Amino acid sequence: MISLYLAHSSWLHRLPAGFKLCLLAAASMIILPVTQLEWMVVFTLAAALLYVTLGNRGWQNLEMVRPLLPFLAVIMLFHLWAGSFYEGGVSVLRLVTMFLLANLVTLTTRMSDMMEALQPVFRPLQWIGISPRALALAVALMVRFAPVLVLVMNSLDEAWRARGGRKKKWRLIAPLIIQAIRLSDHVAEALTARGGSSGISVRPIETRR
Amino acid sequence: MNKDRTLVQIALYAAVIAALGLLPKFNIPVAGGVPLTAQTLGLMLAGIMLGPVRGFLSVALFILVVALGAPLLAGGRGGLGVFAGPTVGFIVGFPFAALVTGLMMQQLQRVNLFAAALISSIVGGILVLYAFGIPGMVVMTSLDFAGAAKAILVFIPGDLIKALIAALIAQSVLRAMPGIIPSRQAIV
Repeated sequence: MISLYLAHSSWLHRLPAGFKLCLLAAASMIILPVTQLEWMVVFTLAAALLYVTLGNRGWQNLEMVRPLLPFLAVIMLFHLWAGSFYEGGVSVLRLVTMFLLANLVTLTTRMSDMMEALQPVFRPLQWIGISPRALALAVALMVRFAPVLVLVMNSLDEAWRARGGRKKKWRLIAPLIIQAIRLSDHVAEALTARGGSSGISVRPIETRR
Repeated sequence: MNKDRTLVQIALYAAVIAALGLLPKFNIPVAGGVPLTAQTLGLMLAGIMLGPVRGFLSVALFILVVALGAPLLAGGRGGLGVFAGPTVGFIVGFPFAALVTGLMMQQLQRVNLFAAALISSIVGGILVLYAFGIPGMVVMTSLDFAGAAKAILVFIPGDLIKALIAALIAQSVLRAMPGIIPSRQAIV
């Protein structure tokens, strides 16, 4: 399955997902109001240090900050322009720290555990007719079909290039959507044949139709 | 429309948005060299192809799976980290962009499809999206409103091109499968 999860074992992996989410929320509450640069530097270093405690494969993941760098550069630039150098430094470091901490939870928690931990959050959705079972099924379907559609896209791309098509890859999106619609009809039929979204068992305990 | 079909459609369309983000270097030519991803194109199309409610749910599902830890945002980003980044406002705004695009399509039923899709995409996929994204940037970066707006302005031309492409795609999908677009079911 496509996931950022780091298959590995560390002290953070062993903590329950719900607890990690609460810790993350608490850490955000502490970090967000801080406006002193010195403290922000301390927080950033502490967050980076947490990656080091995960071992070799842990600290290598510090490079996941990289896609954020252009954004940070632009933000700093605009702060410089506004003459708020100090403030800019604080907010850039705050972003890095928050990113590192949130990402740490993702790295050390399985998607299924995260889903489980979020169940209390999803419960109110039942009031508007979205059952946890339907939601679990939708997540499973999406995770399964994303790679399938990437394959569809790749074969469309090959066919397009075989016909001599070049750069304009957006032209492949219409056929991709058409194929996805056809695929969804087949999948829906298959699902109905197996008892429908409320009948198919994600957990075998429930036998209600 | 039965329940299974709706559920599968929502899930598979979310997978389409994911596939658009997973494509390595989905280049859309634009001036200024600002990198563009096909993902916001996916939002516009969600609203057009699925209508407001299913479009909203589909994009919300996509965001949920990203939050669970799937690296499905363009550039392989994902996990809780993206909700702590400067672009969090945009990500939160994604489902609402699809919702408004779908609502606009309903309002513009009498206008021809290309124009309706173009206007809907601009309103939903640009105006609404930026209405979420810019305040998000203000909160996360402590830039003032004008500064954040200026920093993000470079993306506008690219987004206009995406709205145009969304309209073209809607047109060719409808041509291939008449009746597939919710707000256009009467027209053959």
